[in-house]
Order: sequence, then structure tokens, then C-alpha cells
Amino acid sequence: MSAAATSPGLPMSRIKPGRIVAWTFLFIGGVIMVTPLLFMLSTSLKDASQVYDLRVIPQAPTLDNYIEILGDGRFTRWFVNSVIVAVIVTISNVFFDSLVGYTLAKFRFRGRYIVFIAILSTLMIPTEMLVLPWYLMASQFGWLDSYWGIMFPGMMTAFGTFLMKQFFESVPDDFLEAARIDGLNEFTIWWKIAMPLVTPALSALAIFTFLGNWTAFFWPLIVTTSAELYTLPVGLSSFAVEQSIQWEKIMTGASIATLPTLIIFLFLQRYIVRGVMLAGLKG
Amino acid sequence: MATIELDRLVKRYGQTTVVHGIDLSIQDGEFVVLVGPSGCGKSTTLRMIAGLEEISGGEIRIANRVVNDLQPKDRNIAMVFQNYAIYPHMTVAENIAFGLYRSTLSKSEKRQRVEQAAETLGLSHLLERRPSALSGGQRQRVAIGRAMVRDPAAFLFDEPLSNLDAQLRTQMRIEIKRLHHRLGTTSVFVTHDQVEAMTMADRIVVMRDGHILQVGTPLELYEKPVDVFTARFIGSPTMNLLPATLKEGGAELSTGGLIRVSPPSAPRADVLIGARPQDLVPSSPDTPGLTVSGNVVVVETLGSETLVHIENAGQTIIGSAPGRQIPKVGEHLTLHAPLDRLYCFDKSTEKALAIR
Repeated sequence: MSAAATSPGLPMSRIKPGRIVAWTFLFIGGVIMVTPLLFMLSTSLKDASQVYDLRVIPQAPTLDNYIEILGDGRFTRWFVNSVIVAVIVTISNVFFDSLVGYTLAKFRFRGRYIVFIAILSTLMIPTEMLVLPWYLMASQFGWLDSYWGIMFPGMMTAFGTFLMKQFFESVPDDFLEAARIDGLNEFTIWWKIAMPLVTPALSALAIFTFLGNWTAFFWPLIVTTSAELYTLPVGLSSFAVEQSIQWEKIMTGASIATLPTLIIFLFLQRYIVRGVMLAGLKG
Repeated sequence: MATIELDRLVKRYGQTTVVHGIDLSIQDGEFVVLVGPSGCGKSTTLRMIAGLEEISGGEIRIANRVVNDLQPKDRNIAMVFQNYAIYPHMTVAENIAFGLYRSTLSKSEKRQRVEQAAETLGLSHLLERRPSALSGGQRQRVAIGRAMVRDPAAFLFDEPLSNLDAQLRTQMRIEIKRLHHRLGTTSVFVTHDQVEAMTMADRIVVMRDGHILQVGTPLELYEKPVDVFTARFIGSPTMNLLPATLKEGGAELSTGGLIRVSPPSAPRADVLIGARPQDLVPSSPDTPGLTVSGNVVVVETLGSETLVHIENAGQTIIGSAPGRQIPKVGEHLTLHAPLDRLYCFDKSTEKALAIR
């Protein structure tokens, strides 16, 4: 018997050609996604004179950009603004979208379907069309150039409501009925029983909402005028002035801006575990 | 503990009536099983008692109190679901304690009750585990624990054993029955399995199409079914039914042969003569009764007895032979049931006729 035949591990003959093709595509996809991030990080470690030198590993790496950006009070302010906006909007979405989604999924009332269709239909309206009414609304209520002005259009979303409704529909009614018999009121049933059963969906919604708001540029740019209310993307764009675009500064800011999204993802991904919900049912 | 009374109870979904004004009185401490095929209204009835379904008509009284408009939590009942419905994000102890959610007991008293229930159900060593780490039987025990910890007026069971395998089902059947003997709490148990109904019930309620067909002890239902449906539903294998015509002096089977029975008070021409497989045994017809013969087509060896299927004039009839006596397929066999073990039903109304 040959050594190859007795050695442990996956024999080459068992690897199907389909797998090799799949892995190749995944590898190419991975490279395409990682390259811009690498360049962002690489550029942030270069000084202004090396920016157009396309080598990934900088010739003379420097942390000057980071020291300068973090020492700049404006950047810290924008960072905090972005955190405030993204966190509040995320909490609001997780709370209200799931409350409405739960109601639409688990209660039978007249007009339920019409309400759902009405909510869904708003998904078909492009943001560009909504900006004008939002602006007029913000202007009339005096919300221009304020946190509330940046946040109000996103406090609840049709997408989040739809997502949560679909997930709540998969929660067996037996759980809710058992809780009803145990004496919980409807709000507590939602909060204590239904919500923990859809944590994977809540995590997904939280990640989407946080990322969406963290990177939001268009609306915050329109609604804010004073620099101290800028969010990070709007603030970073101010590094690109007409005369010169300070790529190394923009990339440094972007590198720092990526951190919270990474942390949020790493923190929430462990909750995205499928099958949690079915564990309490027949198995 | 409490009595449960259903008075002309009706359930309608839009234009469709699924429960047609049923009356039922359940005594304090009684174990009543609602049994019937899918869609007969048994689960709906149970859910109306629990308060999970609104009542379209009639009245429900628990412990002599009308509960029609009371919320489930105000009815002092506990329910065990088919899917167990134990919360996956809580430990066994938390799940059981959830039954005491509205209780005003102190923390230590609650803890004591949970431990007591866990001990009764053999869950003491699993209190800190989550449902995902439990077997099906253990999960069902947790669900029962959550129900019993509250000391409710009545237990409602909605097909709680349907998801368990055969062996575990038998075991849980015994455990639930033993628990009922110990606690003496009024229990209503829904199942479509007649074996469960027969083995567990003090009284069985047979339902079909939203009507109660018969209420009685397991033996009453077995011995005196009121119609063909109950006769065939209770008992396994199902009762043999042979078409016959009532004549002077007895019933003449359409397959030939006369059974000497005294005619019912209002004789009707066409009837069905019923014989349970356990009563139809290979023997010589030396006593009056039903005698059928034919070739053996299938033999089911069960050990304690052998079920024999014979073909008689195009109809398959099931009889039983002692366990050690195994007839061969194709063999000609004569089966006989004594007169006092026969049943007679009107062929058109399917109601039982008194012939004995």
C-alpha cells in the first residue's frame, strides 16, 4: 500500500471540478472586493507626494495622516455625529420596524393587507424623488441643519418593516398563544417572546441600517449646512476641494470610518445563527 | 380543580360552521379525551375552552363561572401544545418558571415550585439546559412542567404526543396518566389517536364534523358504539362490517348465511352486521353467531395474536388467531364470532340497532 493512499485528508480525486470552478470564482470575487480596501489602507499610510505611486506597500509608510486627522477637532466631531445618527436610527428601526412587522404578521384586522401594500409601495419610490418633499417638510418644521433633520427620513423603513414581517410570520403561533395563557400582555409577548426568536433578522436589519446611515451622503449633505453637524462622509468630502483633492486624508478618514462597521459586524454576526428559533419546537 | 361545561357551543368562520352547538359536562378531576379525525372540531373546541378562539355561540363555564369573554390568562387554565412551544432562548428552569409569570409568589417560592415540578418530571438535572439540548420527550416534559407549576384549574392538552416516536409516546402516555392520578386536576386531552384515547381517558368524546357523536367510558364506546363511525373509529384493527338483510328469524348476509338474531323493535331491511377482529376467531361454529370462511390473503404476526385477513365474496374480513397459531396465505379458513359479540347497524342511517 502506498503512503499516499494511507495518508489522511481529502484525496485529490475526491475534489470535483465544479468545486475548483466555484473556488476560483470566489477567489476572484474576494480579490475584487479586497483590493480597494487595501489601496485605501495603503494610501492612508503614504504622504501626499506618494499618493499616485500605485505600489500597495508604501515606500516610506507614515502615520502622519492619522495623527493629523485624529488631531483635527472637526474629524472627531463628524465621527461623533455619524455615531449619533447611525446608532439612533438603527435603534429606532429595530424597534419600530419590528413592532409594525409583528403587528402585520401576527394580528388579523381589517385593512391589514392594504396597510402592508401601502408600506411596500413606498419601496418603489426612488430616494431622489423623496428628497424634495423631505426638504420641504424639514424646512417647514424647522428641522434643517439639525440632528433630527438628518435622521427623520430613516427612523422607520418600508424595507425593514417588510423584512421583519416576513421573519415574524415564521414564528409559530403556539409560542405566542402559550405566552398569552401564561398571562403576558401583547406588548410583553412581542418584546420577551417574539423578538428573541427573530434575533438573526434583527441583527441583519441592524447591520443594514447602521451601514446605510454610516455611509449616507446625499441627504446629510442636503440637510446640513454648518460643518459641526456634518456626518463623516459629508465631512470627508470637504477634503476634496476644487484646487486639490487630498486623497491621503480622504483615505485615512475612510480607513478610520471603516472601523465601526467592522466592529458592528463582528459583534452582531454571532447572533446571526440560523435555527435558533426552531430549537424550542419539535425536533 | 374545576368542572368544565360546554353549553350549545358554536364556532363559525365566516359562513362555515365548524362546531355545531355541542354540549358537554366535564366533572371535577376527570380526564376527558376529545377524539376524532382531522377537521372534526376537537382542537377548535379545546382552543375555545382555552380562550384562544372566540366563541360564536353558546357558553363555556369553568368552575361554574362563565368565561366566554375572559382572556386566556384569566381562565386559570394551562395548556400543552403539540409543538411543545417552549421558548428556545430560555433555560429549562426559566421556561418552567414562565408558567408563574403573573404569580405573586416570592422568588424563593417560585424557585421551590420550579424545582418541585422538575423533580416530578425528572428534569432536575436539566434545569440549566436550553431546549436545543433536550430530546423530544424532555421538551414535552418541560412544557408539562410549565403547565403544572401554576397549579391551574384545568389542563388542556392539544395533541401533545403527536411529535414523539412510538416508544416515547407510550412512555409519555403513562407519565401523563400517572401525573393526573397524582394531581387530580381536570384534564381535557385532544388526540386523533384512538389508542391514546382508550388508554388515557376516564371518558372519551367522539367528534365528527363539529358534532359530538358519543360520550362514554372507553369500554362503553368499545362495547356499545352508537353508530358505524364510532364503531370503526374505536378499536384496532377496525370493526368488520358485512351487509345483510333482516328477515323473519334473523339477518341474511349478502355473502350468504343466516344469523339468528331477534329483530330490532323497528325492523329495517338493510343492515350492517359488525364483528371486531378480536371476536372473530378460527373455530367451529358450534354456537349461534357469525361464521365466515375464505382464503387467507394476508397474515400479520403480532406475537400475542395473529391477525388474519380472509377474502370472502370479494370482501376482506379481518379475524384473529392466537399468537402461536399462524395460518398460511392461501389456506382456507373459517372464522366465527358468537352472537353476543356482534353489532348491527342500520345501513342507511348508520345508527346502531339493538339486536341482542
